[in-house]
Amino acid sequence: MSKPRLATIWLDGCSGCHMSLLDMDERLLEIADRVDIVYGALVDVKEFPEDVDVTLVEGAISSEDDLRKIHEVRRNTRILVSLGDCAVTSNVPGMRNQIGPAAILERAYLENVTINPQLPGPMVPRLLAMSRPVHAVVKVDVFVPGCPPSADLIHSVLDDLISGRVPVTAGVTCFG
Amino acid sequence: MSVLTLTIEGRDVAGQTGGTILQVAGENGIHIPTLCHLQGLSDVGACRLCVVEIEGQRKLFPACVTAIDEGMKVTVNSERLAAHRRRIVELLFTERNHVCSVCVADLNCELQDLAVELGLTHFDLPLLSPQASVDATHERFGIDHNRCVLCTRCVRVCDEIEGAHTWDVMGRGTEARLITDMGIPWGASNTCTSCGKCVQVCPTGALFEKGRSVAEARRRRPYLPYLVAHEGRTR
Repeated sequence: MSKPRLATIWLDGCSGCHMSLLDMDERLLEIADRVDIVYGALVDVKEFPEDVDVTLVEGAISSEDDLRKIHEVRRNTRILVSLGDCAVTSNVPGMRNQIGPAAILERAYLENVTINPQLPGPMVPRLLAMSRPVHAVVKVDVFVPGCPPSADLIHSVLDDLISGRVPVTAGVTCFG
Repeated sequence: MSVLTLTIEGRDVAGQTGGTILQVAGENGIHIPTLCHLQGLSDVGACRLCVVEIEGQRKLFPACVTAIDEGMKVTVNSERLAAHRRRIVELLFTERNHVCSVCVADLNCELQDLAVELGLTHFDLPLLSPQASVDATHERFGIDHNRCVLCTRCVRVCDEIEGAHTWDVMGRGTEARLITDMGIPWGASNTCTSCGKCVQVCPTGALFEKGRSVAEARRRRPYLPYLVAHEGRTR
């Protein structure tokens, strides 16, 4: 039997969940032996592959780029995992929801800039009106809250998924 | 005062006339989740987390304000109650802007703990993301309405224990907000005694002591002359 195909993707988050993943230390080697890592920040692959068994999603859906990517991820993933508070609740990226993207961009790119203030051009993905949790956009199979979820929790979730078990995160991890 | 006998979770228990289901359950080591309840303050049944089933009754009853009765059969844990309690906590989370990761009460919060206790891992309801303000006009304390769950513990402790009644609630539904005096800034209140009881009883990060949050830790300015005196020595 071939190994399960694992992907990770980093959308609107701080990369802290990926850092926590790396924080598994030597257990990374054990996990790496049991899966094929086919996409993610640790793999030099540009296009999201087909037929992925498990994808860990870090970050909220905040831009048109995030939106395009998450649909592509969902189409090609069997078990989609919302990893961390940004993916699960929109967390810090969602704090702009009560302010709106226009005011946020103005503050960041015009008001607080001294040299050549200008709004981002077409090279920067356009912000959506609201930053939303992943499951507000596509179906999510497993929720792993935490900011970030601990390395131990990520390890046990991955261990369960690789072994074909359904991870239970209710009651074992908190928001924040 | 007479003694009444009843069963809670199938156990025979006894309590005094006028006692509540929550009280008697607690005396017998039976846990019922609560949020607005706080020992020492009056109970108002605001949060509804302590709802229980009573045999022969179709509706649910808040244990904190429901008196015990002779022969009553009370169920504390059922699928139906668990679902209602999870939904209540979900409603509280989605009604305001609770961002645990950057909250002054992170890992010190009863709402956050309840989500774990009740197994809430995400919200099916959409976040309302309301415009909610912060009042930092008081010299020592602040209120962040983004984190408030309207449990009214602050209102009750201020009224019943401190006797000041600085706090109250204005508005209805999702528009309801805590107010100081008649809706003036907390710092301008002349009934507030600055006792801080409201801050201590707050279950979330809504009421906080200044100087405790991530970005506003107090600076030790007297340290600066030391730096100035030693300037250049390390270069």
